Amino acid sequence: MTDHLGTVRARTGIARNQYKVNSGLYCTGAPTAEAPVLVTANYKLSFDALRKELSGVNAWILVADTRGINVWCAAGKGTFSADEIALQVERARLAEIVSHRELILPQFGATGVASQTLNKLCGFKGTYGPLRAEDIPGFLKNDKKADESMRSVTFSTGERLILVPVEIALVWKLFLIVTLGIFAVSGIGPEMFSLQAAWTRGLSASGATILAILAGALATPLLLPWIPGRQFWLKGVLTGSLAGLAYMLMVKAPSQFEKLSLLFWIISAASYMAMNFTGATPFTSLSGVEKEMRKGLLVQCISVLVALILWIAAPFVH
Amino acid sequence: MKDFRYIDDTAILKLNEEACVGCGMCVTVCPHRIFELQNKKAQIVDYNGCMECGACATNCPTEAIYVNPDDGCGCAAYIINSWISKVRGKPIDFCSC
Repeated sequence: MTDHLGTVRARTGIARNQYKVNSGLYCTGAPTAEAPVLVTANYKLSFDALRKELSGVNAWILVADTRGINVWCAAGKGTFSADEIALQVERARLAEIVSHRELILPQFGATGVASQTLNKLCGFKGTYGPLRAEDIPGFLKNDKKADESMRSVTFSTGERLILVPVEIALVWKLFLIVTLGIFAVSGIGPEMFSLQAAWTRGLSASGATILAILAGALATPLLLPWIPGRQFWLKGVLTGSLAGLAYMLMVKAPSQFEKLSLLFWIISAASYMAMNFTGATPFTSLSGVEKEMRKGLLVQCISVLVALILWIAAPFVH
Repeated sequence: MKDFRYIDDTAILKLNEEACVGCGMCVTVCPHRIFELQNKKAQIVDYNGCMECGACATNCPTEAIYVNPDDGCGCAAYIINSWISKVRGKPIDFCSC
């Protein structure tokens, strides 16, 4: 129960950066000196996934200290490394516990682990296991050989959806600041500042913000393979346009100026959120993301500016 | 991962065939299966599938592979911060991802 609550908290970003287990040697079942040693990170979700898939297997689990970050991200940042693994091998005195000299490494760790140096560092040889913990029992049974599907990354609907809560949770601070700004700007009018206008116009614009976040950070990831185009900011422009047009039809904004402003606002915010999702996918290269961001950010900034000008001008024109 | 493709012709990935000893580590570790061993040499068979994770380069015993060395955590907020820090000449002070 505590574990399930913890998973929910980590997945929603509430306590995501403190969700770790202690580094060191663990075991599942009743491993002997010949049992395999599997290496993982000390993010609790990584450790739990491994432990769950290994029920019924007798094995050692060597947990590296990655400051509570998952294997792939920690490998990218250099904390899941050959040096760190060698350190844990020494600390756990693994050489005295097992009779063999082999470590099974998660394939996702390869970004950070120079496996060819492991032997020199700690006397153990690194062997890459499959990408996903669920394939480990099959890998062990198959004489430690992984087939192509075990080595290929996937990005299924479920794998995309589970990332959505964190994507949304990570923007709440920005959302608060933007919302306060919107309410402030919404009050500006011919009579200097109207609290009434700030409230009613602020509400309709904040509704637009929420819709934009849903279009960019929920609809875009969910429909990712079917939204045409390759660049994420453009995918966000598409989902944002549809959401914006729907909002224009629904909302009771008094003027066409305001409706147009909201459309531009929804497109910008949805496009930004969609672009931000590149950081969560397993197939976007940094070079590509930087390339699309140079264009995307420019268009988003111009579009926000247009929205702001229309929004401020609206009370003065009718 | 044939069902998800990103922007073509942008990944920074170079393979020096002279230096390759044909050990096949790059073939093993690549999560997008873009390498193949042909005549005891690694070959890039799906260049546009590369996401620059760097696993091949890290595990190459002869440094025959070069991949974009910049930090691969690619969310927009992080990249904006890294651009700002480049301009200001200071290290990145936060990453939320």
